[in-house]
Amino acid sequence: MRLSQSTTLPEGLVAIVKEDCPTCELVVPVLKQLDDRTDLTVFTQDNPDFPTEISNRHFDEDLAISWHHEIETVPTLIMIKDGNEIERTVGWSRSQWESISGVSELGRELPDQRPGCGSLSVDPSLATDLELRFGASSFNARKVEFAELEDTHEALYDRGWTDGLPVVPPSEERVLAMLQGTSRSPEEVIATVPPDLAPCTVEKIAINAVMAGCRPEYLPVVLAAVQAVCTDTFNMHGLLATTMPHAPVFVVNGPIADQIGMNSGNNAMGQGNRANSTIGRAVQLVIRNVGGGRPGEVDRAAFGSPAKVGFCFAEREADSPWPPVSSMYGFTPGTNTVLAFPGEAPRNLIDQLSRDPDSLAQTYAANLISIQHPKLVLGFDAILAVAPDHSRVFSEAGWSREQLTERIVELTVRPGSELVRGAGDIPEGIPEEMEGLDLPKFRPNGLHIVHCGGAAGLFSAIIGGWVNGDMGSNPVCVEITP
Amino acid sequence: MTKVLDPTNETKPAEIPRVDRPESLDGLTVGLLDISKPRGDRFLDRIEERLVERGLRVERFRKPTFTKPAPVDLRHEIATKCDVVIEALAD
Repeated sequence: MRLSQSTTLPEGLVAIVKEDCPTCELVVPVLKQLDDRTDLTVFTQDNPDFPTEISNRHFDEDLAISWHHEIETVPTLIMIKDGNEIERTVGWSRSQWESISGVSELGRELPDQRPGCGSLSVDPSLATDLELRFGASSFNARKVEFAELEDTHEALYDRGWTDGLPVVPPSEERVLAMLQGTSRSPEEVIATVPPDLAPCTVEKIAINAVMAGCRPEYLPVVLAAVQAVCTDTFNMHGLLATTMPHAPVFVVNGPIADQIGMNSGNNAMGQGNRANSTIGRAVQLVIRNVGGGRPGEVDRAAFGSPAKVGFCFAEREADSPWPPVSSMYGFTPGTNTVLAFPGEAPRNLIDQLSRDPDSLAQTYAANLISIQHPKLVLGFDAILAVAPDHSRVFSEAGWSREQLTERIVELTVRPGSELVRGAGDIPEGIPEEMEGLDLPKFRPNGLHIVHCGGAAGLFSAIIGGWVNGDMGSNPVCVEITP
Repeated sequence: MTKVLDPTNETKPAEIPRVDRPESLDGLTVGLLDISKPRGDRFLDRIEERLVERGLRVERFRKPTFTKPAPVDLRHEIATKCDVVIEALAD
């Protein structure tokens, strides 16, 4: 494509038009009048022969003139004097065109005014290309070129930049488009990512979000999620390095979940929804690529879990009997948040016969006790994802989240004599000195009840937590900002 | 030709040369670092006994938790007080 020699506008009147605009067609007689009586230059965006009536006509083929002079609407009429723009007007308005040009009786057959059309230079399908070509935006990241004969996907894999699944090649165009998803500066450092404790900018996160398959509107969620895990409270380093299989599990609350098309219903923890599938994966790629956390190196998981590819879903807020789970962290309903929970893969629990809240709570308690080991208590948090067929029982009985949590925890209390090392002929267990205590499975605020899942199925799901407290990890909930 | 942006941190880790391994432990102070894994202390107790029998000076250290890197102050203290260090990974 031919580049314009100069983007300086000539002296006198300048009009920017395109043929594919009824208002530009409409003002052709006016342009002819101005061409006869003033020093007029016309730049045309689409058809180099439009308008044929005007001789001093230039083709803004690469849209350089339009882009550099921030033309958003055609026609735009500009007056240039001594190299400077004195005045401009957009669309057709007889009074304004007469005022700018100093010529009266313009377009007497025309209506007084008519709005213009969008300039080609702001066409969404071209904007990214133009920004890259002309804009001041320059990436800080190193540019890596692959040879013509290299298979891009193989090359990305060979460099160790993927999780084993194919990634979207992070081209400049795609990363620039991704960065449109946030108002934050690409240079802003969002977090220090373990294990290499590398400072991580918005730009680096955008690159990895492109690779994960995110759309630009997911980026604020990814940024918040990276921020949440890279805290001392969450202890991403430990979660990565542990021999246990856990990974960050993200629960999104607030209107953003619907706005970006997240799934909180049928198959919410499964495949098929782009936002759910890619947000968690983007965070994992940041840990891998920016943090340097790779399996077999600092990541010492014995089994790992599918959650380590990326695990993210939204809470089913619309028909939930409870306020969003983010309320446990002081957020008011309607706030966009992401909860980072150090969890493992989900497992289903069945109770198709209970129809009263207390018997369902007993089913929950019986299942939750087994997290990691039935004889290990207080050391592990959990997400209990309650599906609508179950939650209805609690909403009909008027049970709040707190009431249900309290009842479940109460039902998990067992005497220390059953839990200590050696009890029940099992060496695993809690230390002998705790024998005299009655102990619940969960610490205060350890159980996170989330409303989620499809409308059919008398099930709930459990996501067991990693070691909690100062020794391990604590869930972190942060607000998502644009 | 395809051009992509580097997704990594692009930093080369600072390389700090290791101290040469001593020919012998004679006259050296040995640091024993317990990373707080269960029963790591038993292993280090036994090592300490053996080292003390050989007339060596031993300093004991403990990380607050094995799930996080050792605090920088602890690392500095070990480096200042000891000539060599033995770390116990255990379970």
